[in-house]
Order: sequence, then C-alpha cells, then structure tokens
Amino acid sequence: MAKIVYVDVNGERHDCDVANGLSVMEGAIQNDIDGILAICGGSCACSTCHSYIDENWLERVGRPGDIEDDTLELAQDRQENSRLTCQIEVTDELDGLVVVVAQNDG
Amino acid sequence: MQKNPLVVVGAGQAGLQVCDSVRKGGYDGHLVLIGEESSLPYQRPPLSKKYLTGTVDEQRLTFRPVSFYEKNQIELRLNERIEALDCIKHNVIFAGGKTLNYEKLVLTTGSRVRPLRCDGADLPGVFYIRTLTDARALCQRLAKVDRVAVIGGGFIGLEAAAMARELQKTVVLFETTEHLMGRAVSAFLSDFYAELHREHGVELHLGCSVNRIRRQKNELVLETETGTEHRADILVVGIGVIPNVELAENAELECRDGILVDEYGRTSDPDIFSAGDCTMHYNGFLGREVRLESVQNAVDQAKIVAGNLFQKGASYTAVPWFWSDQYDAKLQIAGLGMSHDEFVVRGEVKEEGFSLFYFRKGILLGADSINRPADHMACRKILENRIDIRPSEAGDLNFDLRKRSKIAG
Repeated sequence: MAKIVYVDVNGERHDCDVANGLSVMEGAIQNDIDGILAICGGSCACSTCHSYIDENWLERVGRPGDIEDDTLELAQDRQENSRLTCQIEVTDELDGLVVVVAQNDG
Repeated sequence: MQKNPLVVVGAGQAGLQVCDSVRKGGYDGHLVLIGEESSLPYQRPPLSKKYLTGTVDEQRLTFRPVSFYEKNQIELRLNERIEALDCIKHNVIFAGGKTLNYEKLVLTTGSRVRPLRCDGADLPGVFYIRTLTDARALCQRLAKVDRVAVIGGGFIGLEAAAMARELQKTVVLFETTEHLMGRAVSAFLSDFYAELHREHGVELHLGCSVNRIRRQKNELVLETETGTEHRADILVVGIGVIPNVELAENAELECRDGILVDEYGRTSDPDIFSAGDCTMHYNGFLGREVRLESVQNAVDQAKIVAGNLFQKGASYTAVPWFWSDQYDAKLQIAGLGMSHDEFVVRGEVKEEGFSLFYFRKGILLGADSINRPADHMACRKILENRIDIRPSEAGDLNFDLRKRSKIAG
C-alpha cells in the first residue's frame, strides 16, 4: 500500500491509499481523480493517463521505457517529467509520490 | 418545468462516455444509464487478453467506481433489459412492461457474438468471449485443461490463442479464410501473424472450416470439412459480432447492418441518437458509411453524440485506431488501410517491430505498426491533419516521420 498524492486538473490535492501492484492510473480511477481518462485501459495505446511527476520523485519513479516514450508523443504538452501513469506500478517505495494530472482532453 | 430525463440504453464503453461527456458539457438534468448486465460498466479489451491468465482482479476491469456515478448523478440501472421503444410517446419499455419517458434517447446497445452454427455448437465446453460472465467461465476452465481449440482467426481468436499458449496449453486454431484478421489487415500482415503464431506453437489451419463437433467421453472432437478430426478439451469461438439493432429496427428507425446515424450521431428520429458498435455511421475522415468495432469509435462517437444532443455540435471526423496484443507483438492500427493499392514497409519485418504504411493513389490511408508506437502516433497525426507524405518517405527509416507529423495541417 502506498500513499499517492494526486493533484487533479482543477488543482485540487487528493491523498489516496493505493494498493501495491495497481498502476498509478488505476489508483486515480479508483479515487475518481479528475483528468485521468485512461481510454485504452492501461495498454499504453493512448495518452490520456498522462501526468507530471513531482521533481523530487523523478529519479525514484524512473524514466519511461521505449514504448511509453513513443506513446507520450501523443500527449498534450509533454514535459521532461511526463509519464503515462498506467505504466507506473505502485510499490512501497512510491509511498508519498506526488503526481500532477496533465490536461488530457482525450 | 421539470424535463424528462436523458436516457442512455446500453451501459458499455459508449454509453458511459455519453454520460461522462454530457455532464462535462454542462448538462445538469436527470440522466439515466440502463444496462442489461449486472456488473458495473467495464472494459472489454482485457477479457480476451490478460484477464484469461487469471491474474487480473475483476475489479480492475470496471471503468469507474460507484462513487463516480454518485458524484455525477448518473442514475445507473443495471440488470435491466429494454424490450421496446415507443418513439411517439418517447418511452423506453422495460421487460415486464414498465416505461420510462425520455427527453432524448441514446442507443448504445453495442453488439453480441455471432453464434457458431454447426452440429455440436451448443455442446458444453464451447466458450465465447464477449461479456465478463463469458470470460470468467472461460478463464476458470482454461486453468484446468490442456488442449484448446479455437474457431476464428480474428482478433478475439488470436488473442485467446496467444493467452492459451502463454499458459502452456496446446492450441489448434481454425480460420475459414486464408487470412488471419482478414477484415482488418493486409494479406502481408496476415501472413506475418500466421508465422508468428506458428513460431509460438499454435497449430494453425487456414482456409479450413469445422463442420461438426461432438463430445466423446471427456473431450470435444472437431471434424473439419475435409474430414480430419481434432481433439480438444475446450473450444473458444470468435467469429465476429452482430450489432444490436433490434430495438431500433422494431421502432422503425433506419438501419443498415447497424443503426444508421449521420455525422452528428442522429438516427432517423430527431430525439434518438446512437453511438458505438451498434451504429452504421458516416465518418468524415473516411468520407463514407462504416461500422467500426472498437473502443476508439465507441469513445469518440459518444463524445460527438453528447455534443449534439441539445445543440449543434461538432461532426464525427475522428481517425479510427485500434490495438491488439498477441505475444510480444503489440499491434496498433491507424486509419483504415484495407483499400490500398500499394504499401511500404518501414523497418525490418520482424517480431521486434516494423510498420506497414498503406496508400491509395499516393495518398496515405493508414498504417499497421508492431511495437512501433511512434510510427502509429505519427500516422494518426498525419491523417488527422491531412499532412502530405509520400510512400518513399514513409518507407525510409532515415526520413523523420515524427517531424513531418508535427507540421500544421
């Protein structure tokens, strides 16, 4: 279990408990976080779970893999700290992770 | 004055999207989403993929938790079947006779599996993959058997075959045409996938129909048209879907292999719209009518419907796209390349990844990409923005596809 802090598209902060093994995206869906759409259900085939990783967490979360990196091309306003949250697995190490949901109009 | 509700019939991908989009668009009236299944609306794609390995908790399939429906005041009526429509009175009629009066109605009834029709098609041990109930039954059985037969070489059959191989089952697959995924991809790609499946140990029979199935002791015996027999513990059937048009047809709405809708999602009744698998729709990108069976179409068309229910909104021009996961080959399809007169290969033809770009009279129609999401995304953008690209450019790895896709159309 890890505490993930989601800052939704309205700027509101939500502290959520997310089970290990779920993706950060799934944690967002289960907690009704505004802005995460996850149209492809987490298959890394769209970009609507796009979020920005807080810079204090970037190293621990890591960089996107090749496929994710390519898929991020479709994301609106991609930045250095962009990740597709469906590709980040929640573990104890990510306890306290802060993600800022991107504009995902889908 | 209290208006009647917006009623959405069919609680799948499209139905839920209509509700979500209409609320985001500012509709604050009564909203009812009706579905005949008893589960909270859920994703179908995983049912023929990871879910079959038994490692995916069902809860992860639901689109949104109950709190989402509460927060957005979507009255969710599950396990309820609509038997008929009364367009004059503006009623949907439930099984049992109850009626619900609507202001506007959206039909997102989706599709159902095409049933196998041959002797023995109804025997125990025959599975389809459409609903969660189907998939759950198959998953439980799959864990206990050794030999799996599959009828149907489309996406469902192939994904199921790949999952069965992942579980180390013996797999034999029958496809009546010579081409796997023949409705969706080129012969070139079909051949590549045939080899891919064979390399992964699937016994593949193309151009082969199963005529009869019988049970012998504890196993199924499949008899082909050439008289050969194959034994299996279970049979998975994936031979296509049929759009659920009956409600519309019986209400005399125009249908043609789908509920006919224009580019705004309107049926032949001004107060009834439709979106998703069940529609035959005009797509501005293609410039013609088409019926698409995909998540993308369900989502994008539903958004168009939501934008046009109460005012004039955008028209449906989205570029179709689709994905399928089989072994380590992540296939992504952009556009519709089937009517091509030429295609080019981008990269080297191998499981690790390559793309096929399809052209007609020199104009890009679409692309099939394996493990090359950058190509897939670039193609989508190029199609969307009607950017020029030549076959020679698409096929040249030294050509910067990404840069070309970023040109303003």
